[in-house]
Amino acid sequence: MPTQNVSNMDATAQHIFMRPATAAMRSERVAFNVFRVATYAVLLAASIIFGVIFIKGADTIFQREFPFINVPFLVESPETLHVFDHEGQHHEMGDREFRKYMAAHENPTIAEETYVYSAGGIFPCIVGTLFLVVGSMTIALFVGISAAVFLNEYSRGGRVVELLRLAILNLAGVPSIVFGLFGFGLFVLFAPVFASAPDASHLYIPLGFGYLNFSGWGVSLISGWFTLAFMVLPVVITASEESLKAVPKGFREGSLALGATQWEAIRTNVLPYALPGILTSSILGIARVAGETAPIMFTAAYVVRDRLPWQVEHLLDVLFQGVMALPYHIYVVSSKIPQNMYTERVQFGTAFVFLGLVLAIALSSVILRNKLRARYRW
Amino acid sequence: MSSELVDKPSKIVNPPSIPPTTDTSAAPMIEVDHVDFYYGKSKALHSVNLNIAAKQVTAFIGPSGCGKSTLLRCFNRMNDLIEGTRIGTGEIRIQGVNIYDPTVDVISLRRQVGMVFQKSNPFPKSIYQNISYGLELQGVKDKKRLDEVVEKSLRGAALWDEVKDRLHSSALGLSGGQQQRLCIARAIAVEPAVILMDEPCSALDPIATSKVEELIQELKKDFTIVIVTHSMQQAGRCSDMTAFFYLGKLIEMDATQKIFTKPSQQQTEDYITGRFG
Repeated sequence: MPTQNVSNMDATAQHIFMRPATAAMRSERVAFNVFRVATYAVLLAASIIFGVIFIKGADTIFQREFPFINVPFLVESPETLHVFDHEGQHHEMGDREFRKYMAAHENPTIAEETYVYSAGGIFPCIVGTLFLVVGSMTIALFVGISAAVFLNEYSRGGRVVELLRLAILNLAGVPSIVFGLFGFGLFVLFAPVFASAPDASHLYIPLGFGYLNFSGWGVSLISGWFTLAFMVLPVVITASEESLKAVPKGFREGSLALGATQWEAIRTNVLPYALPGILTSSILGIARVAGETAPIMFTAAYVVRDRLPWQVEHLLDVLFQGVMALPYHIYVVSSKIPQNMYTERVQFGTAFVFLGLVLAIALSSVILRNKLRARYRW
Repeated sequence: MSSELVDKPSKIVNPPSIPPTTDTSAAPMIEVDHVDFYYGKSKALHSVNLNIAAKQVTAFIGPSGCGKSTLLRCFNRMNDLIEGTRIGTGEIRIQGVNIYDPTVDVISLRRQVGMVFQKSNPFPKSIYQNISYGLELQGVKDKKRLDEVVEKSLRGAALWDEVKDRLHSSALGLSGGQQQRLCIARAIAVEPAVILMDEPCSALDPIATSKVEELIQELKKDFTIVIVTHSMQQAGRCSDMTAFFYLGKLIEMDATQKIFTKPSQQQTEDYITGRFG
């Protein structure tokens, strides 16, 4: 029927390209739909999670009047919310404002309700998370890339290397809470600290010019850095190895044939080309480092801390202080304090900022990677 | 047919004597002295014995797997990179020094014995940086000196006129033949005594190939060149001496002219006339 359009073709018409109604065709259709529904389910879950956080978080973060962003929430510390009626007016205010108000009105007797952490902002958490991510990723990248270079470029295989790879693989499967406890035991309680006097209550090693006391680093940034770094090491090592493998062998041979040492060849003609790939895969690590609560709850995170990380007497103290962190703050305000109409605001606001921050860090890694890629293309 | 020939006692059983070089007065640049070479347990070279004269082009020919590339990569010890390789008995001497002696520094050996690979492998850097790389490894920082060497090397590799206006753009923008000549320029920039070429034209089209071959003729004025090739025409066109390998053994080495017209071994003749390989 040459004049007839295909879509108008009679359903009963027979032609040589008829779709057969076989069992294989039916199961094909079923399989296709199962896969489609499964895929849409992922999309649905993601939309719900991001949608709820965005809509509810936007209530906290954005406002109708200028400057349209709730700046205090981003730049202030968490405070206790005071709710009271005074002189016929209903008041909801944070701790500092409340004190001023009370002083201004000569400390009137009022019936007030207080809600912890429901006022103020989350600035210390943002700062703390940034410090944790930058520090731990620096350690993880340094150790991870070094290990990958050793495994991929220097080692010649054999049983020890096989054992190492197995260990790395196993490390990837360790639950984060175990890393938290490991970090607590090793870094918080046991790590060595240099001091001029021995600490008799702990193991110590005299060095001649001082003492190495195994008194631990306490709950501190540095403990958190190492704990988080160990957690993402498997990701970084595996990613780095893959990227190193992708660099053509000819670059190494070309360098070596010109009289480069192996390290010169790696430094000038292998690592620069592997870096974009390493960064790409490490973005995953960044999200994990920023997001995990379990590894930092024993090692680095404080429920509340008024001083910011740079408000220290000695520079070295920066390392040996605990910080607030976004994921831990979400955990605290969601499950450690009484829930009420005021806490939801903080929970969703924090989650919103948290997602935004991870996105921002990931984006900047992507930009850095693309810049590197443009520089070294082969 | 060939196995029958191998069994001919008088000619094959004894390894061929060290063949004469065209210029017998000068000491040979490379002496290969009864070398056995192993990949793990399998023996890739059987008591190979030959001399390579200075400032000549020596071609290694033979079917795949005959050991010609293996021997070439022994000369700058690139085989060290492959796990489980070792040289058995025998010595390889370059300018009289046994290069497998424990006291030999591989780095300085490779500065004397440069290499051009089968697959052109310019670094994904600028043309200029590709050439200056070898000198920078040696600690040369003087910009003027580097400029000079870059120009001289590119001229030496007959590439200068084609790239002088884009020295600082990526080497990967060059055509395949230009890339291979860049690799040759990179090798001569460090002024080695010997340049090893491992099938340098196997990935090039005929025009690029003929340019590289012309270049080889120019280079032999200053360098000793050893070239591995699958193309017998190429060996015939651009080499002074030709060595024919088969199954890890050196069958015959002689002046190229003679190898291609009157080889002394039946196997060589069979290979050259295309009866096997």
